[in-house]
Amino acid sequence: MLVLAFAASGPLLIVLAYSFLRAGEYGGVVWTFSTDAWFNVVFHRDIFDETVTLAGAHMIILWRSVKLSFFTMLTTLVIGFPTAYFISTRPRKTRSLWLFLMTVPFWTNLLIRTFAILEVIRNEGLINTALLLFGIINEPIQMLYTDFAIMVGMTYVFLPLMVLPLYASMERLDFNLVEAAYDLYATRYQVLRRVIIPMAKPGIIAGSILVFIPSLGAFVTPRVLGGGKKMMLGNLIELQFGAGRNWPLGAALSITLLALVMIALLIYVRTTQHHSENSR
Amino acid sequence: MEAAIDVERITKTFGAGKDKVVALNDVTVAIEENEFFTLLGPSGCGKTTLLRLIAGFDHPSSGVIMLKGRDISQLPPYQRSVNTVFQSYALFPHMTVAQNISFGLEMLGKPKRYIKETVSKMLALVKMEALSNRCIDQLSGGQQQRVALARALAPQPQVLLLDEPLAALDYKLRKEMQFELKHLQHETGITFIFVTHDQEEALTMSDRIAVMEAGRILQIGTPRQIYNHPAERFVADFIGSTNFLSVELLPAKGPDARLRLSSGMEVRVKLPDGMVPSGRVTAVVRPEYSQLLADPGRKGDLQGVLENIVYFGTDTHYHIRLPDDTTFVTRSQNQLEETEAFRVGQPVSITFKPNSVQVLRN
Repeated sequence: MLVLAFAASGPLLIVLAYSFLRAGEYGGVVWTFSTDAWFNVVFHRDIFDETVTLAGAHMIILWRSVKLSFFTMLTTLVIGFPTAYFISTRPRKTRSLWLFLMTVPFWTNLLIRTFAILEVIRNEGLINTALLLFGIINEPIQMLYTDFAIMVGMTYVFLPLMVLPLYASMERLDFNLVEAAYDLYATRYQVLRRVIIPMAKPGIIAGSILVFIPSLGAFVTPRVLGGGKKMMLGNLIELQFGAGRNWPLGAALSITLLALVMIALLIYVRTTQHHSENSR
Repeated sequence: MEAAIDVERITKTFGAGKDKVVALNDVTVAIEENEFFTLLGPSGCGKTTLLRLIAGFDHPSSGVIMLKGRDISQLPPYQRSVNTVFQSYALFPHMTVAQNISFGLEMLGKPKRYIKETVSKMLALVKMEALSNRCIDQLSGGQQQRVALARALAPQPQVLLLDEPLAALDYKLRKEMQFELKHLQHETGITFIFVTHDQEEALTMSDRIAVMEAGRILQIGTPRQIYNHPAERFVADFIGSTNFLSVELLPAKGPDARLRLSSGMEVRVKLPDGMVPSGRVTAVVRPEYSQLLADPGRKGDLQGVLENIVYFGTDTHYHIRLPDDTTFVTRSQNQLEETEAFRVGQPVSITFKPNSVQVLRN
């Protein structure tokens, strides 16, 4: 138990400690207390005239991370919901086949999956070649190295994480309820809104968290599909421990990411508590 | 007057090729307005399939279903003025009792005040006023059943379908609910179509019964008609208990047929519709319509040896072995004074009124 506690919190405490130290000249840390790292997360002191402004670059990256993670969560929800519903309405025999098809990409290495998306959306890739071939466009559409590309990549990568909890929720759905709703004059849309979605709510929430949190910290996908120009929080942190040579800043940024994840989890816990209290 | 529900030549098949199942085979029945109509039969006879076709959860493979003269065969459930009480109740677990009951009315876009009034009325009708805001998972089986009823009645459908709604209740509760359902049907005047495999339930509750087996309707009639005049072997056997006699059909003299029992007794009977009279047929006599006599009785009475006496509290059953080695059972209601007139092993004769003899088609 002690070993577990130490193993879990040990690295975290080290990172926390690092964030309050001074950066070494060639990387590493100098064991002197300093709040510079935390200051630099949010602010930027001009090296010439000492004016303090908001660290614009950091803010953009932070905002991009939250924004893209949020939209990835929404897209996986929009794509995942009908997918999970489809799978849960298949006959028992073929259902495992569909689940298998859904999760097989998940077993493939993340890097390879991300390069697959690259291949599809780049200027000489699958989509553009097809569109050019059919004369729908005259010049390739620039999709790669944009925020859009990162979102497509993350959606593809994290889709199974949304579909599986949704499926688990829907599988428990008593389809008699759907029939009962139709019997009581609900149209297809009303059945979806008043019966299916409320009952799939636990799955929706679980899936959303499972997609949002890893998305926040993603760095392979933004690196490959963003081309280094569109950084996310993960990339920024990696940079500090590499060429950026500012470990304390990297540590501080890591703790910030952790804080964001904590907030997301808090919201999750609150909504599920609220939900289960509602149904009492 | 138009029938409430007209089922005309409905056939329903599932699957194809060698996996093909014929759930309903050319079924025709007309169910009247303000009627408590029961579909009675064993599991797999097609009664639930027929109910689902009337409700709209499935479409017939061929044939037509009409609601008050209007063809509803291909309409989805939300376009039919028909509501269902499911066997599993299918109450919405994420809603309260009141919300469940108001669901249908909300879907129909009724004004809020009307919904509130109707929900109150329904709650009073099923005696659940105090539990209006309760969550579904806190209700007992009996309470859930009442909510399911109220929910289906709230939109005032023209026909109410009930799919074995009492199956999950314990005996006492089931008996109570049988009375209440009958009472409800009278009070609301809505046509009830009730599905069950319990013949006692069907007999006590129905205005008319359709006995089904293997996708066909074998006989339709009032409980009394079905009980006293079964036309098919399955009906005679499924409802109550009866004695099967192999009899000889004599050439007819006049409008009725005549048959001769193995003992020589000749009885005049009415043949069931659509029966072609020939040779040996089967006739049935209910145990309670026959009586045991210690003496040889009249000429032509069935004779046999008393094999067994079974005491049931309310009745006593006598098992008699006939000369052709079959068993005949008579039943007599017990009197307070214990006078057992018979001994096992005693030769006895059986007597019954001629009009208690019923000829079967098969």
